[in-house]
Amino acid sequence: MTDLLTLQTDALARIAETADADALEGLRIEYLGKQGSISALMKTLGKMSPEERQEQAPKIQGARSAVTEAIAARKAQFETEALAQKLSSETLDLTLPAPQAPKGSVHPVSQVMDELAEIFADLGFSVATGPEIEDDWHNFTALNMAETHPARAMHDTFYFPDRDADGNRMLLRTHTSPVQIRSLVEQGAPIRIIAPGRVYRSDSDATHTPMFHQVEGLVIDRDINLGHLKWTLETFLKAFFEREDIVLRLRPSYFPFTEPSVEVDVGWQDVNGRKVLGGDGDAPGHGWMELLGSGMVNRRVIEFAGLDPDEWQGFAWGLGVDRLAMLKYGMDDLRAFFDGDYRWADHYGFSPFDQPTLSAGVGAGA
Amino acid sequence: MKFSVEWLEYFLDTDASVAEIAAALNRIGHEVEGIEDPAERLAGFRVAKVLTAAKHPDADKLQVLTVDTGEGDPLQVVCGAPNARAGMKGVLGLPGAVVPANGMELRKSAIRGVESNGMMCSVRELELGDEHDGIIELPEDAPVGQSFADYHAASPILDVAITPNRPDCMGVQGIARDLAAAGLGTLKPVEADDVAASGPCPVEIRTDDPQGCPAFYGRVIRGVDNTKPSPEWMQRRLIAAGQRPISALVDATNYLMLAFGRPAHVYDLAKLSGGVVARRAKNGETVEALNEKTYTLDDTMTVIADDAGVHDIAGIMGGEHSGATTDTTDVLLEIAYFDPERIGVTGRKLGLASDARTRFERGVDPAFLDEGLAFLTNLIVKTCGGTPSEVVRAGQPPVEAQVIAFDPMLTARLGGVEVADDTQRAILESLDFAVGADWSVTCPPRRHDIEGAADLVEEVVRIYGLDKVESVPLPRQPGVARPTATPLQKLERKLRRAAAARGLNEAVTWSFLPTGDAAHFAEDADALWVLDNPISEDMKAMRPSLIPGLLAAAKRNADRGAAGARLFEIGRRYFRGKNGASDERPTLGVVLAGQRDSRGWAQGKARMFDAYDAKAEAMALLEAAGAPVANLMVMGEAGEQFHPGQSATLRLGPKNVLARFGALHPGTLKAFDVDGPVMSVELFLDAIPAKKGSAGFARPAYSPPALQAITRDFAFLVPADLAAADLVRAVKGADKQAIVDARVFDVFAGQGVPEGKLSVAVEVLLQPGDKSFTDAEIKAVSDKIVAAAAKQGAELRG
Repeated sequence: MTDLLTLQTDALARIAETADADALEGLRIEYLGKQGSISALMKTLGKMSPEERQEQAPKIQGARSAVTEAIAARKAQFETEALAQKLSSETLDLTLPAPQAPKGSVHPVSQVMDELAEIFADLGFSVATGPEIEDDWHNFTALNMAETHPARAMHDTFYFPDRDADGNRMLLRTHTSPVQIRSLVEQGAPIRIIAPGRVYRSDSDATHTPMFHQVEGLVIDRDINLGHLKWTLETFLKAFFEREDIVLRLRPSYFPFTEPSVEVDVGWQDVNGRKVLGGDGDAPGHGWMELLGSGMVNRRVIEFAGLDPDEWQGFAWGLGVDRLAMLKYGMDDLRAFFDGDYRWADHYGFSPFDQPTLSAGVGAGA
Repeated sequence: MKFSVEWLEYFLDTDASVAEIAAALNRIGHEVEGIEDPAERLAGFRVAKVLTAAKHPDADKLQVLTVDTGEGDPLQVVCGAPNARAGMKGVLGLPGAVVPANGMELRKSAIRGVESNGMMCSVRELELGDEHDGIIELPEDAPVGQSFADYHAASPILDVAITPNRPDCMGVQGIARDLAAAGLGTLKPVEADDVAASGPCPVEIRTDDPQGCPAFYGRVIRGVDNTKPSPEWMQRRLIAAGQRPISALVDATNYLMLAFGRPAHVYDLAKLSGGVVARRAKNGETVEALNEKTYTLDDTMTVIADDAGVHDIAGIMGGEHSGATTDTTDVLLEIAYFDPERIGVTGRKLGLASDARTRFERGVDPAFLDEGLAFLTNLIVKTCGGTPSEVVRAGQPPVEAQVIAFDPMLTARLGGVEVADDTQRAILESLDFAVGADWSVTCPPRRHDIEGAADLVEEVVRIYGLDKVESVPLPRQPGVARPTATPLQKLERKLRRAAAARGLNEAVTWSFLPTGDAAHFAEDADALWVLDNPISEDMKAMRPSLIPGLLAAAKRNADRGAAGARLFEIGRRYFRGKNGASDERPTLGVVLAGQRDSRGWAQGKARMFDAYDAKAEAMALLEAAGAPVANLMVMGEAGEQFHPGQSATLRLGPKNVLARFGALHPGTLKAFDVDGPVMSVELFLDAIPAKKGSAGFARPAYSPPALQAITRDFAFLVPADLAAADLVRAVKGADKQAIVDARVFDVFAGQGVPEGKLSVAVEVLLQPGDKSFTDAEIKAVSDKIVAAAAKQGAELRG
């Protein structure tokens, strides 16, 4: 049996030395092919006596499997090497830039309006809208600003030459307040709405643009008083700025459509030269800023809207949306809001996935 | 309105500091917009005595003074004033002091080689008046070394915004009354001294327009001397209030107005002829007002006139012709009550604003005519001398008091704060309301703003303290808040974020456009809204499309060097609707300008946007909007603003246009001065139908086909003008059971394709049902496809 041993040792040595897959295949045929030397030995088993076969078979089969395994191992080695060589020729310079999808953005005014809708929905307010080209009855008269009212002149109104079917003069709404009238006429009371949208004043300087955004709020019910107004604004501002230390200061004021009328200031503090809302405006390093006008809806307005002012009462407020956006997100130039500058959009715009939610906080982090 | 604290204290006995006064004013509804402390402005200026005065060695008009400042050695000061002389006392500004009139900081310097350690100041330099002929001369007893602010008793000035409902506070006395009610002190009784009148008024005074001028009181003063300035105390108060002293007569009327909120007028009697009458103007009548402008009047306007013509636009502005001058010796005083509404209408018509109009159109105190006239007479006589006549009273001011039935419970019901009844009563009485035992409240006639019980609540609450109103939570619906957004709101929100997610930047552009830009995008120029009073020609017509605003923004971006712009906006288009109403259409606009992809190492040259990019946005956004995009038809008529061959509309049915898209017409780009190409999309949100289907949330059952779909490709030769969509529709319709989709994957013209033809390759997706297709079945479907395509003029390529 020295022959078999020699054959196996020789075969294994030759397999280990093969240079490539073709040479290996040649050896496979030489040993294990139909005419192969190990295959020939296998065939001899049939002619052996059972005793002899019992002795020889394991040896011959052992040699066969040893060679088979060695060939398989060597083959795998060749494949690994070939793959490695192929891959080494396929190297990419991954420091090169990848294709880029353009990044879009949501305008801060839209973002803030979505935030407002989210917060006020939780307080039971729905969002109402109305025309921007209004008649002077809805914009003024029904809001207790008769034709001769001095406050009308203070509104810097854009007028059209047109009149509506009732002879009312057409204009660009100067505030979102006409939506109060339209909503009350359409829906009656009780009602809780906010009405965000574009408003117009013929005024243009560093801090005023002829078009800007306001949000109106209106609550009409049976037992609503100034305390509810204060709570609503406090609650809203705390949720909007996500700060518990918002402090409001109510000052008596005058608006024709409310009585009593209340100007609302909010406390701020100086943080690195920037006015950040929060804290008592009377505290050192703090101050008050005028934020919005509000009050209990004037009886006459409720009458104009077709409701009984002895049964229904409530409050309303109006607030600049652009201003809210600026206070929260840090823009300092209102005019840039209306420019469409891609650089500004990139800097101040919001990801479409910053959808405001109550559970995540309505604000989108810097 | 500005006034000095010293003036306030003439009416109000108070120990309160300026800060306390300001805080109280804010608390009761008179917003303090500024506090100016002249003591700060006058810091560094002090009373000084000139010891010696010698000629400057190098300048004829200058003198070299030695000045005693009250401490240390006398200082050498160079001075150019002719009245500077040894022995006089004046005001010295020391180095470091800032001259109020010009903001210049004083320094030690050399003037023509002579050292100067400060400046002797004129009245004008310290903004104490107009006089600037020489330096201030202080009386002999002025204490040398005292700060000038202290010596001058410079009083802090408050700048207060008076709301238009409170004309009674457009005078210092009214503000003092409110402050007294707020507990800041006691209102001092200020009454006019008796006037020593002699003889009847020589001028006939009449009101022929009792509606516009219910009351016209007047008197003559003869023998006044208007060459003297008004007294120093009056000038000081007027200057503090921002009024330039003019002459004793004019200053006296201004003083009356600012102290009591009561405008009056002084006529030069020599310039009047005949009776002086309040009447309606005649149409076309003119008057030159004190502002030296001439106004043409009409018969809705009330004027004061004599036999010769109009001398005063009643309640708004006096006439130049009969105004008081230094030559004036005899005057007619007018104190009248004008109808507020008419004053407002006249003022607006004439575009004429004045302090008098501001007060009259808001309503002056109708019960303050006689007293006001007495104050004015005394002020004039004290300064200018003269002999006043008796008063003539034409007409009657409307002084009947309003009585309101008040329920003190209303304060809590409306104001949200409990105020004891006796406190409420005390507050109202402190504001001059008379409160009956039955809570019938009689209003002082000066309070034109009080219309009803709610106004009394406001009075009580603002004096009691709005800060005492506690927050009360709004009642809350049980459970989680209900959704509130309307379908349109949801649609807009979804589209906004879909567009941003597709790489578009949201812009907010003006609703108004230059008329030309608007007309360019208007189908019907008559439907445009055009402003009467635009702020500029660039903001005149309301936009009929969102494209022009976005196009202008894209241009601005290009001008800033951006290679491309992808902008969108969601907003309204404005049209004149039926019956004069506004027809506002919610719209989404997109502008894709310039480069779609910049040049790159992988893709080579930059790629510009093309019409298919616009289509991609239109389709994707419509899909996000829930429109049935598979059913949309691509049709023409995108509009003249678009390239006629590279634009289309997307319609649901032949009439309902959901969107238009494509390349903008070169003419449009030229009109907007933009380099092309520029693509645009407009989605008409009001045209998008609400999504059909059940109202609930559950989707239909999921049943994917058991067998795999197979694809077959067909290459057709088609007429070059055949729309690909027509071919695909025909192919799809060939066997509605088996064919689930078909799409064009190749379009080719050129070698091997005859002239006038195109090769269009379509991939068809076939979905077997229960059993796999047999070869015969597939052959049958293929034949149907080829036959259907043939009807469109397509032949299968061999």
